[in-house]
Amino acid sequence: MSKKHAELSPAARLTKWLVSGSPFVFLLLFFAAPGIIMVLASFRYPGEFGGLAPLTADPGTLHGLTLETYRFFFSDLIYTEIFFKSLLVALATTLICLVMAYPLALLIARSPKRSRDFMVLLVILPFASNFLIRIYAWMILLGPQAALSLMLNGLLGAFGMEPVHLLFSPFAVLVAMVYVHLPFMVLPLYTNLERHDPALLDAAQDLGANAWQRFWRVTFPLSLPGIFSGSVLVFIPVMGMFAIPDILGGTGDMLIGNLIKEQFLGTRDWPFGSTLSIMLTIAVLLFVWVAAKLGSTRGRYA
Amino acid sequence: MALLELKNVTRRFGSFTAVDNASLGIEAGEFFTLLGPSGCGKTTILRMIAGFDLPDAGQILLDGKDLADTPPEQRPVRTVFQSYALFPHMTVAQNISFPLTMARLPQNEICQRTQETLKHMRLADKADKYPRELSGGQQQRVALGRALVSRPRVLLLDEPLAALDAKLREEMQIELINLQREVGITFVFVTHAQDEALALSHHIAVMRDGRVEQVDEPSKLYGFPKSRFVADFIGHINMLDAQVLEAAHGHTRLAITGLGEITAPPVAGISAGAKGAFAIRPEQVRIGIHGEVAELKNHFPGEVRNLLYSGDVTVYKVQLAGGSMLEALLPNSAPGRAEFFEVGDAVRVGWRHDAGVFLHE
Repeated sequence: MSKKHAELSPAARLTKWLVSGSPFVFLLLFFAAPGIIMVLASFRYPGEFGGLAPLTADPGTLHGLTLETYRFFFSDLIYTEIFFKSLLVALATTLICLVMAYPLALLIARSPKRSRDFMVLLVILPFASNFLIRIYAWMILLGPQAALSLMLNGLLGAFGMEPVHLLFSPFAVLVAMVYVHLPFMVLPLYTNLERHDPALLDAAQDLGANAWQRFWRVTFPLSLPGIFSGSVLVFIPVMGMFAIPDILGGTGDMLIGNLIKEQFLGTRDWPFGSTLSIMLTIAVLLFVWVAAKLGSTRGRYA
Repeated sequence: MALLELKNVTRRFGSFTAVDNASLGIEAGEFFTLLGPSGCGKTTILRMIAGFDLPDAGQILLDGKDLADTPPEQRPVRTVFQSYALFPHMTVAQNISFPLTMARLPQNEICQRTQETLKHMRLADKADKYPRELSGGQQQRVALGRALVSRPRVLLLDEPLAALDAKLREEMQIELINLQREVGITFVFVTHAQDEALALSHHIAVMRDGRVEQVDEPSKLYGFPKSRFVADFIGHINMLDAQVLEAAHGHTRLAITGLGEITAPPVAGISAGAKGAFAIRPEQVRIGIHGEVAELKNHFPGEVRNLLYSGDVTVYKVQLAGGSMLEALLPNSAPGRAEFFEVGDAVRVGWRHDAGVFLHE
């Protein structure tokens, strides 16, 4: 790699800078800068009508820098609890997506080459329709008058059990989370599985491995990098998701995303919203870092 | 009875017949080679022996037992793949112990046999390395060790030397010969390189378009090819159109088109008038100006048209009176050798009456 780098001519190096320049500037302006602003905001007081209190003002009002929002975050267990609930939902979503996506990705990867692209197209087809519309569709599907609810409650009634509400429940939130994020698990898994050398499975079989052993000894360990990428791509957006719990969740199904949204749009406490955002970022990075560490000890070959 | 037997095996892919009524007998403990150009069906035969493919007709017998219902993982047959197919996520030791783990042997036996194989394949210091950290030759030894550790009855090798450079190839050829002699396991080797086949094998089956053309020892195959294809495929050979004039007990008289009469070794089951080709190896053709060539039974005048000097030998391409070209190969090692020829020299070429072979059409 470094050898290749040294061989670049000045013209090629200039091209490289120009090509990577615009995304670099874009990220600097619209990702790094807002991030820094957010960190700074978390150390300020909220303004009277939203926004931030001034750094310097009359002595009688709140102003200047403070650690108040951080103290507040840890003063009430409710926030940590919401964090853990979000973590649980994100983990459950990731796991369910993995279990559902793996067989599908394997099926696509082992299909004849010409039908693979079509199957991948089918996987990403839901993106062709608006996100909110798809979530509202679940409102209808899970509604009390929908066939699913009627059938389930009919069945429960037959066994003398209480009817259940599917909509506005953690169940509805989980279903929609899985539904929305499934393609993000399928695609990296497929990309990984598709690259596997089929000769390795022949070799394993030749050396005495049955179908089960071939999967667990060869295919699965080789797909760990794909599992990792897919899990990260599902886990991170689910951790911050607020639209799905907003629309399909009940009053008790608030997740960290909703809490943050509430601070900015509802209570207009920008510093506390910023603090929550930072906590979320730290939690996600920590989690992904641990996962990467675990993955890398087994994935040295990749 | 042969250890491994193919009886009238046929395999078709759509309208293409990859293997066409092939029958082979492979003895226990021998180094057997399937030789042929690409697409001749040699790899398909290998895959059918391994069990990855099944014959459409015919039988494959191991120890007299039909293998048709035995899946690949249960056949006492191991394959060394062309790409080696080493497991990239396992260390050398894990790769080698893989078949033992699959066979659910006790842990201490797995350990012991893995260590033995590592030592035997000179990989003891590489046990904890990953395949990508090894050189081509070392990867090859891992693949061999992994295939041999569970002591199969037959080892199949699918062009395992194709990926190596010339020098390493020669080393690995010698290693393969020694290894086969040491372990005494039957090797079935597939290659398109005739020099490799000649160097390694006890027996060679030459294949063409899915059919077995000839099965013989290397020296017989080289010295006494039975068809134009085999003669041409193995080594270099001069081929002259010929017709039988007289088929006697001790010799054959042939008329070479445009050249004249020659005396050739006897051919069984041939009668006067039969048409075919007279084939003779370049190293059996002598070339000279003076007496020695004229003393040979068959000799003709010609003119040197090309010469290829390659250090140890020189190949002369001589145009004969009748217009046909003949290659003669002269070693450059003969002490006191006086005669060298240039392009355009008028020379005589000749060969002994017992050299060459008549190939009936």
